[in-house]
Amino acid sequence: MLKDTDRIFQNIYGLKDTSLAGARGIGDWDGTAELIAKGRQWIVDEIKSSGLRGRGGAGFGTGMKWSFMPKETGGRPVFLVINADEGEPGTCKDREILRNEPHKLVEGALLASVGIGAGACYVYVRGEFFREAEALQRAIDEAYEAGLIGKNACGSGYDLEMYVQLGAGAYICGEESALLQSLEGKKGQPRLKPPFPANVGLYGCPTTVNNVESIAVAPTILRRSAKWFASIGRENNTGTKLFCISGHVNTPCTVEESMSIPLKELIETHAGGVIGGWDNLQAVIPGGSSVPMITKAMCDTAIMDFDGLRELGSGLGTAAVIVMDKSTDVVRAIARLSRFYKHESCGQCTPCREGTGWMWRMMERMADGNMSIDEIDLLEDVSRQIEGHTICALGDAAAWPVQGLIRHFRPEIERRITERQGSAAGEAA
Amino acid sequence: MSTPSTPFEQPASFAFSSDNEKKVAAIIAKFPEGRQQSAVMPMLDLAQRQHDGWLPRAAMVHVANLLGMPEIRVFEVATFYTMYNLAPIGRHHVQVCTNLPCWLRGSETIVRACQNRLGIGIGETTEDGNFTLSEAECLGACVNAPMMQIGDDYYEDLDADSTTAVLEALANGETPKPGPQNGRKGCEPAGGLTSLAGNKEDA
Repeated sequence: MLKDTDRIFQNIYGLKDTSLAGARGIGDWDGTAELIAKGRQWIVDEIKSSGLRGRGGAGFGTGMKWSFMPKETGGRPVFLVINADEGEPGTCKDREILRNEPHKLVEGALLASVGIGAGACYVYVRGEFFREAEALQRAIDEAYEAGLIGKNACGSGYDLEMYVQLGAGAYICGEESALLQSLEGKKGQPRLKPPFPANVGLYGCPTTVNNVESIAVAPTILRRSAKWFASIGRENNTGTKLFCISGHVNTPCTVEESMSIPLKELIETHAGGVIGGWDNLQAVIPGGSSVPMITKAMCDTAIMDFDGLRELGSGLGTAAVIVMDKSTDVVRAIARLSRFYKHESCGQCTPCREGTGWMWRMMERMADGNMSIDEIDLLEDVSRQIEGHTICALGDAAAWPVQGLIRHFRPEIERRITERQGSAAGEAA
Repeated sequence: MSTPSTPFEQPASFAFSSDNEKKVAAIIAKFPEGRQQSAVMPMLDLAQRQHDGWLPRAAMVHVANLLGMPEIRVFEVATFYTMYNLAPIGRHHVQVCTNLPCWLRGSETIVRACQNRLGIGIGETTEDGNFTLSEAECLGACVNAPMMQIGDDYYEDLDADSTTAVLEALANGETPKPGPQNGRKGCEPAGGLTSLAGNKEDA
């Protein structure tokens, strides 16, 4: 188990003062000017060698992303955009940072901005997080007042303006290019890439889009050293991570743990174990609704990191662990997710717009056993034609849970179909 | 976006109150010169808050004029995002999350408790105009499931009784305490911290 002294988020539960004074008390804003003085290259190199991988789901190297930002911009402004459009079912970690540790995010925004050369930062918060956005705005106001951001931030000579923008209820705006469209005052429909935001982002200017958690851990990494962060977890999967454990556990919670913690240890140490005991476990969705589920047998040995879960044909995603015990109708559970993706498809690409609705209708029939055995393969085949054939990853995200279900629970699906056909035949007789 | 189920009247005109005009100026100032279109979403939200929780067509046109945007671009935004209500709505908009993590923890019970207390179905508004009931997609409070959002506040760790109590309080004109309804502070594990035990002293 991770030592308390190695936890970055010392006030993630909001049990202590969340104001600037409280934040300073747990080490925020300590020596920020000195970190800035070490320069842009040092910041990027340090984050790179810490091994920090983006905490928003895709797991792309944060330092690498920062290093893609052009040094010469031809007079174009440079933007840092922080993605606080948290909406992946199962995920509720950024919410806790926004309301309980907002100063880590503000300080991180300043240091990241120095790292990429940004003069302005927008934090795009999902519209439903109205209270969380208020908490963040309070922290930003405090930081301005104390001279920590704004002109000559922390007395470093660096200028940074920081703004909060609220979304209005669209899951797709968590996709970075849809978020940029939305921030520009348009429908949140993803853009084709390339060009990538590093070259053509917000208002056509160089932009880095990072998840809240990726930015909020940066100050501590820079203060305590890349070496310290990299010493936690496994190679290529370093650091600490906020895990959200929901569903059929005795004490659902969000907790910061070391990357690469075994799933069973995570659930039993922090979430009070599976309801009815470990053997009552049926399946787990280990990284938010978009990643395929894994079975109990896989859960016995699953390692909670990018590589460990990829080896199991799933993914770490946002590290949102959704636990389902044996009482769960897994087919109906995935049908519910299919309905979600149908609801959230932006409608731009045909395979996703038409496919998500079609998959949902099939999943509803499957939950009732009201299909033929052949149609299981048809559904699997169609899901493959959605996956990888759309501008953004929402098509993939809609396909994977369905594929995961068919891969691991085909006998259950077939049992349902046969049972219904049997009872229909019985009625006919 | 809510779809109108009964005919309703669109007001002929809309203008921001003088207080809100100041807010509009502050919103527009957040964006670079020539990029004022970025202000469209917060301005629509402000208009909706001013207009009893729903966004009349006249308000969209007004926002389009203020920002120098073609009206269709504003209509596109207003119809794309679910939080803009395009038809009249109850004073309290009760949105119960029924996505997977909430469903696993009994969101069906919460929906039923709302239906029983309010006497309406999903998508309906009570006759006194006090409550509208909706189903919501994941609201991002999954470790505090099941939960619902009413107005700007979250009510979490619900069961049938606490759901009814929250609605009862609102019906009586009281302000129920938002957040977990089972004694938790937030997202920490119920029954004792498993990390950051030192935090207890401050609590």
